[in-house]
Amino acid sequence: MIFSLLVYAAPHSHQGAETAYRFAVACLAQGHSIHRVFFYGDGVHGATALAAPPQDEPNLPARWQALAQTHKLDLVVCIAAAVRRGLLDANEARRYEKPGHNLQQDFELSGLGQLAEAAIVSDRLITFGA
Amino acid sequence: MTLHTLNRAPSNTALLADCLRACSSGDTLLLIEDGVYCALAGQPIAWPAGVTLCALAADVAARGLDSRLASNIAQADDAGFVQLCCEHTRVISWY
Amino acid sequence: MSTNKRFLIISRRPPYGSSHARDALDTALTTAVFEQPVSMLFLDDGVYQLLQAQQPAGIQQKNLGATLSALPMYDIDQLYVCDSALRSRGLGPDDCLLPVQLLDSNAIAQLIRNHDVVLSF
Repeated sequence: MIFSLLVYAAPHSHQGAETAYRFAVACLAQGHSIHRVFFYGDGVHGATALAAPPQDEPNLPARWQALAQTHKLDLVVCIAAAVRRGLLDANEARRYEKPGHNLQQDFELSGLGQLAEAAIVSDRLITFGA
Repeated sequence: MTLHTLNRAPSNTALLADCLRACSSGDTLLLIEDGVYCALAGQPIAWPAGVTLCALAADVAARGLDSRLASNIAQADDAGFVQLCCEHTRVISWY
Repeated sequence: MSTNKRFLIISRRPPYGSSHARDALDTALTTAVFEQPVSMLFLDDGVYQLLQAQQPAGIQQKNLGATLSALPMYDIDQLYVCDSALRSRGLGPDDCLLPVQLLDSNAIAQLIRNHDVVLSF
């Protein structure tokens, strides 16, 4: 079955961000495919490369990246939600003349249309909210 | 049939009411995160008829609720969560 | 994209205090651009989004009510409201900035069964 995930919860502020990751792992372990993981609202904070949690706590952006590399996941971050909250890739940093960029590798900024497309082509869309 | 997930404690009465109102007979309600507190024995919740009730096992264990669940609540592990999504045609998240 | 799915966007938070209402609306508008049939259902404090005379300039936000008013131009004209959510707040259809259909509990469950994808904010 083809799944897509909508992550609307920010890591550390809400458990939903972690639940989404666990769901993705369980999903892939059963042989299902994940068409896209879409980060929206405060969920975009799950894509920062600058998170530095204590060593005995999970680093969700790093774990998503590792999962994406193993399973070729499409990790898409809502660009409108992201740039408002100061989450930029190199292109957006240049466009807005900001001193740096902080999007974790293997994530991509794109429009809300990527959520609609994911919902259309996937068998199931699961939201992890806050 | 619909799988509903609910992730808030029962003190969030309006959310719980909206979720229960939206359930049809044959649906499943999976309690996750703080939603597992709805699964405690003795909660004065009028569960709708014909709705299967489950709680996410990791969230139950994390909160020390293993021996405190009402008898009508089954537990599902993460794989079970995925399985429930497959068995229902749509999934609604109440949060 | 040939596949057509019936989308239901549930919006149950009030406007302005958090981004939920705006995000629900943006999702509805974007999905409609993809030529999918979109309905919206307002529950709980989400019904406050429908109040007329919103003037959010003083809190540096865009007028959500004005965007809601534009929904029919995007072919989003199936707008539903939980009857008891409206009445319990002392409101009626005349207070809403758009024509809405009132639903009781049974009708809400039925509405959900009639849609393929349900997104809740």
